[in-house]
Amino acid sequence: MTKFLTSSLGKKTVMALSGLFLCLFLLEHLYTNVHLFFGDGGKEFNEASHSMVHSILIRIIEVVLFLAIVVHVAQALLLTKENSDARPVKYAVDGTSKTSDWFSRNMLLTGSIIFFFIVVHLYNFFVPYRVTGHVVGPEEAMATGGETLAMEVAEALSNPIYAIIYLISVLLLAFHLNHGFQSAFQTLGINNQKYSKVWKMASVGFAVLIGVGFGAFPIFFQLAKYIGFDALNWNM
Amino acid sequence: MEHKGMNLTLKVWRQQNANDKGKFVTYNVKDVSPDMSFLEMFDVLNEQLINTGDEPIAFDHDCREGICGMCSMYINGRAHGPMKGTTTCQLHMRSFKDGDTITVEPWRAKAFPVIKDLVVDRTSFDKIIASGGFVSVNTGNAQDANALPIPKDDADASFEAAACIGCGACVASCKNSSAMLFVSAKVSQFALLPQGQAERTDRVLNMVKTMDEAGFGNCTNTGSCEVECPKEISLANIARMNREYLMATLKK
Repeated sequence: MTKFLTSSLGKKTVMALSGLFLCLFLLEHLYTNVHLFFGDGGKEFNEASHSMVHSILIRIIEVVLFLAIVVHVAQALLLTKENSDARPVKYAVDGTSKTSDWFSRNMLLTGSIIFFFIVVHLYNFFVPYRVTGHVVGPEEAMATGGETLAMEVAEALSNPIYAIIYLISVLLLAFHLNHGFQSAFQTLGINNQKYSKVWKMASVGFAVLIGVGFGAFPIFFQLAKYIGFDALNWNM
Repeated sequence: MEHKGMNLTLKVWRQQNANDKGKFVTYNVKDVSPDMSFLEMFDVLNEQLINTGDEPIAFDHDCREGICGMCSMYINGRAHGPMKGTTTCQLHMRSFKDGDTITVEPWRAKAFPVIKDLVVDRTSFDKIIASGGFVSVNTGNAQDANALPIPKDDADASFEAAACIGCGACVASCKNSSAMLFVSAKVSQFALLPQGQAERTDRVLNMVKTMDEAGFGNCTNTGSCEVECPKEISLANIARMNREYLMATLKK
């Protein structure tokens, strides 16, 4: 097993599996976020978030999730270092732009920006909800008048600077996924000349879903601000 | 048929030996026929250098028919030049224009150290082959060709993988200097045939191990290798090698 994990193909397998796991998480995250569109004052969203915090299963998955991020990032740094070392003298004329896609060659760059966004994102939502207790669950909010997660999200996404950072990060994430998703299946060996078109199409589909899906939130909250309706309560 | 000769400026990498730092030297080549191959153009340049008492440029070549895999050259940022499915020896000067400046570099990879000028040491590929890129056969009379039934699709896929000439363009064109297209082609050609089954598990494990030890980079699926490969070896081979490696790891 150590031999496998330290081999080139083993390291790639770890990248692929951790990446796919993070893709699954994105789907789940998007599903929860969609509750923000219900216009019910964030009730459903708060309840969905609250029940997740109190689910043992989710708490275990949460640990795996943080591990997956650490592993994905650490492995990416290690592989990039090795790949750079594999060519000590660089070319004077580099023609890779003619033979490959820019995003496929710059996964570390897009990944780094996404990573910094994740840190900011955790600081904005995870930390106040789960660590400092600044944001509280729906029942407690009802009793004490504290701020709910939905209110915190609405406040953050109404900030144009945060909304722009959010949009750019989500756009880069979409391109990161467009290469990464299909790449994972190639790495895991679940690919051939026939499947490769299918994976590439699925990859575009997944990237668009995540890009448009998450991108819709800052746009929605900014529109609400400028048109002048209450984004959380439009249905009430 | 008469052609107007082309005048070209060449920026060629010159390096005395592996320890020399090396540098680009600019040469002018006049009256180049568009029908010449890129290597013939180098022959003309070398004649020119010999006549003026300079040292000719060292470059690898052998069959000049696009089948031996000896020629290399990284031309204007492209392995084997700008054409698809073409080795440097089959690249013709009609692919360039009169007055062009062409930059010619050796393959760049830690696992392919420069020996002299444009010649690199590709022994690491030989080591990979020696570690598993073969089938052990007993001597004796040749077996009847039809004794082993092989599905046509498998035979074709194996043949396509076996078309790899081991030139190293995949390594040269990969941003990570990864040798995975080469190794996967060599793993695939045997994995697909009944003759390759006996050593199937050890083959992929040993070849990948040797590849890693040689200091090649890791594949990030950018696909440059497939675009630059003169024999158009498919990325599907890399997926097959990954599959073979996972299965072999589970077995061993």
